[in-house]
Amino acid sequence: MSTGILLQLAQTLLAILLAPLLMGWVNQCRAWLQGRSAPPITQPYRTLKKLFHKDAVIAHNASPLFRFAPYMIFACMALAAGIVPTIANDLPFSPAADVIALVGIFALARVFLALAAMDIGTSFGTLGARREMLVSFLAEPALLMVFFTASLISQSTELPVIVDTLAHQEFAIYPSLAFAAVAFWMISVAENARIPVDNPSTHLELTMIHEAMILEYSARHLALIEWAVALKLFTYSALGIALFLPWGIAVQGDLAALPLALLAMVAKLLLGGAVLAFIETISAKVRLFRAPEFLGTAFLLAVLGMLIHFLLEV
Amino acid sequence: MKIGEHDWHLDPLGKHIWRGRMEAGQLLALAREVKEEGGQLIALWGSDNRHLGRGFAIHATLLTSAGLAWVTCALPDDAPAYPDLAHIFPQAGRMQRATFDLLGITATDAVDDRKWLRHTAWAEDEFPLRKDFSPRAALGSPPPNDAYPFIRVEGDGVHEIAVGPIHAGTIEPGHFRFSVIGERVLRLEQRLGYTHKGTEKRFEGMDPDTGAKLAGRVSGDTHIAYAWAYCMAVETATDSQVPDRAVWLRALFLEIERIANHLGDLGYLGNDVALAFGFMQFWRLKEDWLRLTAKLFGHRYLFDRIVPGGVAVDIGDGGRAELAAEADRLEAEVHSLKAIYDDHATLQDRFTNTGVCKPDLAARLGLTGLAGRASAQAWDARAQFPQAPYDQLDVSMATQRRGDVLARAEVRFSEIHESLRLIRDLLARLPAGDIHVPLKPVRDVCEGLGWVEGWRGEVLVAVRIGADGRLDRVHPHDPSWQNWPLLEIGILGNIVPDFPLINKSFNLSYSGADL
Repeated sequence: MSTGILLQLAQTLLAILLAPLLMGWVNQCRAWLQGRSAPPITQPYRTLKKLFHKDAVIAHNASPLFRFAPYMIFACMALAAGIVPTIANDLPFSPAADVIALVGIFALARVFLALAAMDIGTSFGTLGARREMLVSFLAEPALLMVFFTASLISQSTELPVIVDTLAHQEFAIYPSLAFAAVAFWMISVAENARIPVDNPSTHLELTMIHEAMILEYSARHLALIEWAVALKLFTYSALGIALFLPWGIAVQGDLAALPLALLAMVAKLLLGGAVLAFIETISAKVRLFRAPEFLGTAFLLAVLGMLIHFLLEV
Repeated sequence: MKIGEHDWHLDPLGKHIWRGRMEAGQLLALAREVKEEGGQLIALWGSDNRHLGRGFAIHATLLTSAGLAWVTCALPDDAPAYPDLAHIFPQAGRMQRATFDLLGITATDAVDDRKWLRHTAWAEDEFPLRKDFSPRAALGSPPPNDAYPFIRVEGDGVHEIAVGPIHAGTIEPGHFRFSVIGERVLRLEQRLGYTHKGTEKRFEGMDPDTGAKLAGRVSGDTHIAYAWAYCMAVETATDSQVPDRAVWLRALFLEIERIANHLGDLGYLGNDVALAFGFMQFWRLKEDWLRLTAKLFGHRYLFDRIVPGGVAVDIGDGGRAELAAEADRLEAEVHSLKAIYDDHATLQDRFTNTGVCKPDLAARLGLTGLAGRASAQAWDARAQFPQAPYDQLDVSMATQRRGDVLARAEVRFSEIHESLRLIRDLLARLPAGDIHVPLKPVRDVCEGLGWVEGWRGEVLVAVRIGADGRLDRVHPHDPSWQNWPLLEIGILGNIVPDFPLINKSFNLSYSGADL
């Protein structure tokens, strides 16, 4: 148990520390694919450092919620990162929170972000919050459907059980998971405010979704939110890997397998980041009202995955 | 010159440019006849002529079937007023409001008489372009209220989004007030004038050579068009003949400027739909183009290369070969990038049917230049009323009918190819000779008008030189004056997040219209 707690702590800490690195990697790949010279992979850390050193500017009419929200959002994402198995499976946190709770944690962070965006009453904050809700209320059910498809195979909604079933049982091909994987990819893109649903690098206020909500934040608050954004991308990547590419993850108590698991994880994240950057480079942002179609397709694919499970795999 | 039924007694001032004076009462009749034959009002401005003993004056330039007609109506010293033209040419509305703000000349019976250029820099009863205006006194007086009565949309669920004048990117300042339901735009109202720098006032008393530098800086992205139009006006006023080679080089500069701006805009259009690849590629091409320009002519944007009497820089044989080679390379690259834009489904989906300005509306509201040609307003001064050397170049005009973002992008693509052809032609047939002659000395008050088709649309500069040889009144006119109001129309029925894309597809000048 004590090694479990140590492992749990180590993994959460690792996620928090390495998350900006994944963001830096994606940004680097994007720059290369666009034919630019790339910023160093450590650029997100420098940005965080810069932001932590600045004085926060806060609107006069901001309520305590506005100050509190960044800490809440960061805590939610750190917790989520702790639940998802990255290098070791069967962590002490895991039985306490299954995939449905995970969706809930993401939703909690989002609610706080949206409330904080509306708190000051600027038109952009409200506009962003409204759009974020439009995207998320379509993304959440689709995400649940993906999880249900995966849990039907392992007969459990607990992530360690799902991962254990997929990674360490005898190898089998699950067509349902192929559909779920595509759906999961689409949902991740929308939830992480990436192209083609949102554009993380735009300066056009009127087109923003996620960025519009955090326009009023500065300094440490902004740093926490940016870090939480990186953590969210990391968590989603880890989740995708755990569900669809789980091989290489260490089973409980097998400390010797950890170095290899870590290597496998890094390789999979590098690959995932590069693929994300590639898809972002060749895509343009869809018109806002096409986002529901995009997420509707994701939902449909997730449901199809589930149906296929019943048709072919039971 | 006859327009409609009547002879308006206009005299030729330059090639395709006519000059006349009339009573203020006749202005309305002239405007009606121009409208009837399908012409447009291009510019409207006022002047304080009291030091010449002629009261005030209102000037209008109209695009007619015979060319550009510049008419002036003398107005009395006391309570100068002229009939409202905005009910015939809606584009006159903002020009009339600006004329009042600057000179206190009233358009009688105008529907919209709100302030336009005036913010807090001067008070309501002060008029900076009047010769007796004292800037020091204006500085001393307390700043007036900057309140501006926007037109509100009322009803259930309607709310306003106020954007700018400070934006998240490094772009020019302008305020946009959206009335929306959900994401759908019910009304957009612009509030400009934030970059009012007193450019017209600054011209007063300058010598013509210095004036060329200021004219080129009215809107930096259109430097060549402004500098050329200004020089054309000064040369007309002083009756100076510019050498052929200089005129051809000016056209070469103008086409270089057009290509640079179109490349930049096409990149921006990609960027606004988050296709950063397109942005990077077009800006790479633009950068190469600007660097070559800097290498050949000493300035990336050709600032101050056009001077009254000619041009300041020549091109050698080596430079001609280099520019022609770069033009060939650019042509191929633009061609392949266009194929990528054409085949990109999401990009096409974002561009098509976004920000539509229908041809009939464009004609009614006087949409002009590049945006006008994308809405079937087939006007290009280089094609219909060519000044030298365009009269020997046979420019083919690019037009589209759809009037959406895609049409405006297509016109840019076509114009890049046409400009590259013109550059090759200009280089091949460049006449030999001098590139500069001194201006003839000024003996009496004289005036001239320059008319150049810049990349955004027609640029007009009217100049009056005093008997002392110094500038007395200069009015630069940007096509953005006519096109800004169309942006308010083009966005209607679209959704809020499409506005930046529509705005960029017009890419209008704030500085050029705020003066």
